[in-house]
Amino acid sequence: MKKKSEGKNIPKKNLVSLGEKVVKDIDRGENPSLDVPIRSLSNVHYDEKNRMILMNNATAKRFFFNVAHVRKFVQTIEAAALAKELIDVNKHLSLREAYYRMKRTLPGSNINVVDEQTESNDAIEDLELISSSSREQLHINANKMGSIAGKVVIEDKGDIIDWSKMGSGGYAVPSNVEDIIFKRVNAKFVIYMEKAAEWERLNEDRVWDKLDCIIISSQGQATRGVRRLLQRLHLEHKLPIYVLVDNDPWGFYIYSVLKFGSISLAHISESLAIPEAKLIGLTVDDVINYDLKRHLIKFEEVDLKRLKQIKEYSWFKENKAWQRQFKMMGDMKGKVELAALSSKGITFISDTYLPQKIKKKDFLD
Amino acid sequence: MADQREITAEELESKFKEISVAEFFEKNRHLLGYENPTKALLTIVKEGVDNALDATNEAGILPDIKITLRQTTPDRFLITIEDNGPGIVESKVPFAFGKLLYGTKFHRLRQSRGTQGIGIHGAVLYSQLTTGKHITITTSTGKAIHAFEMMINVSKNEPHIISKKDLKNPEKWHGLKIEMEAEGKYIERYQSIPEYLKQAAISNPYAHIVYDGPNGKLEFRRTVNEIPRQPKEIKPHPYGVEIGIMRRMLNNTRAKNIVGFLTSEFSRVGRSSAEQICKLAKIEFNHNPKHLTHEESERLHKAMQMVKLISPPTNCLSPLGEHLIIEGMKKELHAEHFVAITRPPSVYRGNPFQVEVGLAYGGELPKDQSSQILRFANKVPLLYHQSDCATNEAIVETDWRRYGFSQSSNSTPVGPLAILIHFASVWVPYTSEGKQAIANYTEIVKEMKLALQEAGRRLAIYVRQKKRLHDRRLRGELFEKYIPELAESLAKLTEKQKAKIIAGLEAVLKKNNVVIQQAEAEEDKENEKVKEDEKKV
Repeated sequence: MKKKSEGKNIPKKNLVSLGEKVVKDIDRGENPSLDVPIRSLSNVHYDEKNRMILMNNATAKRFFFNVAHVRKFVQTIEAAALAKELIDVNKHLSLREAYYRMKRTLPGSNINVVDEQTESNDAIEDLELISSSSREQLHINANKMGSIAGKVVIEDKGDIIDWSKMGSGGYAVPSNVEDIIFKRVNAKFVIYMEKAAEWERLNEDRVWDKLDCIIISSQGQATRGVRRLLQRLHLEHKLPIYVLVDNDPWGFYIYSVLKFGSISLAHISESLAIPEAKLIGLTVDDVINYDLKRHLIKFEEVDLKRLKQIKEYSWFKENKAWQRQFKMMGDMKGKVELAALSSKGITFISDTYLPQKIKKKDFLD
Repeated sequence: MADQREITAEELESKFKEISVAEFFEKNRHLLGYENPTKALLTIVKEGVDNALDATNEAGILPDIKITLRQTTPDRFLITIEDNGPGIVESKVPFAFGKLLYGTKFHRLRQSRGTQGIGIHGAVLYSQLTTGKHITITTSTGKAIHAFEMMINVSKNEPHIISKKDLKNPEKWHGLKIEMEAEGKYIERYQSIPEYLKQAAISNPYAHIVYDGPNGKLEFRRTVNEIPRQPKEIKPHPYGVEIGIMRRMLNNTRAKNIVGFLTSEFSRVGRSSAEQICKLAKIEFNHNPKHLTHEESERLHKAMQMVKLISPPTNCLSPLGEHLIIEGMKKELHAEHFVAITRPPSVYRGNPFQVEVGLAYGGELPKDQSSQILRFANKVPLLYHQSDCATNEAIVETDWRRYGFSQSSNSTPVGPLAILIHFASVWVPYTSEGKQAIANYTEIVKEMKLALQEAGRRLAIYVRQKKRLHDRRLRGELFEKYIPELAESLAKLTEKQKAKIIAGLEAVLKKNNVVIQQAEAEEDKENEKVKEDEKKV
């Protein structure tokens, strides 16, 4: 118990010492500053050994007495004060609530501390880096997102939940999955899919029952909660993770983030990335083999640009299998959506496509 | 078909002469500026004032011009325009005012306000057609004063003198006074007589103009005592001559052969160039210019465009100069800062021209409206057809955001700005005979843009400086507002006293150097940008 409460105190200590550093600057008559690690492609590297994207240690100085910095500086300190308060009273806020807590108008002006939620979200992400604490440790949660079904029983805040008895909606993944306890896991692998529509298809067809697997989706890019849950299932229960996305640069990048981590959250790749995750589909080969080429949607300029970018990422650059996919995608000049599989039959994806791919171990790594 | 003779251009011309002058005027009044009563009144004043300015200019006299406008009936006005110019010789008066297309300016190439020889006659004709009354001309060259009451005999296109008086001139007055009554409608504000006079006062700050109108007197002071240098007259350059004009020159020349014609009637054509033109046109060197066939003259005109020639001389131009532009704007626009640029002369289609730009900034100029545009061609304000004008194209294509103004694409900039563009040339390429818009030849628009950019960059230095001071003040205020907020959060975080933190922050702010350093760093960055821009140009 003692150890745990100490662990809880570390984020708070970090927040307080951050405040004290700023006060010390002021006492010395200096322009108060913060060292904020830079969250951009220029400050991450692909770690060959761990096979994930990790952050470098470049930081930017953020000053209070600087017109370009003052707003972000105040937002960051506001976020710190808010997090400390939450830890003190042991309550949690959603990102949206945190935004409203921080949204204030400066007296005698028309300036708000934050105008948009993206600003408070940004300030909180910066604070995670500066205070070396995760959002969850700062008592701030994202909205629950996504759906799960499978033959798994868990305990969540004292409630026993059976993922096979969640009806058509599935179990919604909370922002913080650290305290979930896996009671019984009866599955051979996990399929993560990009689209809620495919999840509903697979759930209706009870694929999780037929193939002994867990199906998870969160619309588009996976949330932190979903990513962490996938990682825990993978690490704690040795379940292979298969990713099912559209055949386009955006789908491939969703896979990339699950596998190697993302650029903006590179500092916590180790607790989110799953280097062993595999792409089950749709590959360009699938498009050809399953005769989906006639459902090609022509690339727009942005798609081509994104494809070019992804191709150059260092974690794909040396990978011949991936470069082959990118090249074929570029030659095809179009994308194919998962939903196109339904042209072959209503339950084609559940009855034919997925079983065939898994049987043949036809994955892209 | 074979024996049906083709009618030559010369024959056509003589036929045209038979059409009555009145009919010609009636059919073309929209081209001459008399299409509606409002514009007609403005055109009369404009023609009179332009003539007065040209006459005083040529004689090197500082102009004193007085315009009176009196309403006589609900739709008629009595217009009087008086100047202190050299006056007109007694014998020339009847033709100067009583015969259409009789003028001193048409056949020469020199920068002047009027060129077409229609101007004042149009006014006389309009007066006569709308009121049936005669006009009164009073003039003197410094000796006796002559007063004419006259009309135009429209069927013969000849002056008709009703009465002529000679008066004593003890004060040795010289000048010209025109009085005429005409149908019209009077307005003020946009495209009005007062607006025209105001702009004329800007481009002629050495003129003293008094306007006595229906709503009271307006006086435009003289603020400089120098007259711009007199432009030289030049011969046409082969690249710029129209075929019709060239044919007329062929007919009128005293040269005995074609080579002589080319070298004596055109500028920049020497003997070898002339021979080259003849060879290209396949015309004998000693061919008599008067005996060229239609086809030969066409070949000659074509050949002239193909031979490499030096650009025409530019001493025929009379720009206002940066000093006059600034003085002119200063006295009529209530702004706080002025810049002016006179570009070096350039050439379009064989015609020398020069562009000048003036910018007035700040002061009482409206902050949130499209900037005011003042267009001049040979010092004459252009009030109509702004959107068809080359100046407009140059203004909207200039990126004013670089110079601190807001501007949406393809629009004039918004901000406390007045833009003056002066186009000076021996031949202004108007888009129509109404003489209100300059045609957008590539060379002209390019020169205008270069002038605008140069002026814009100069103005931007001032605008930025002003903005910097303003920003510096705002910055101080900005931090003042954030200080309590930051102190509050820090107090919560560290459980230290908020008041103490505020005091500490205030002290840092007072040290102030943070703010100044930053302002200066930013300014340096901006200056770099300007320098880069200049390099690109």
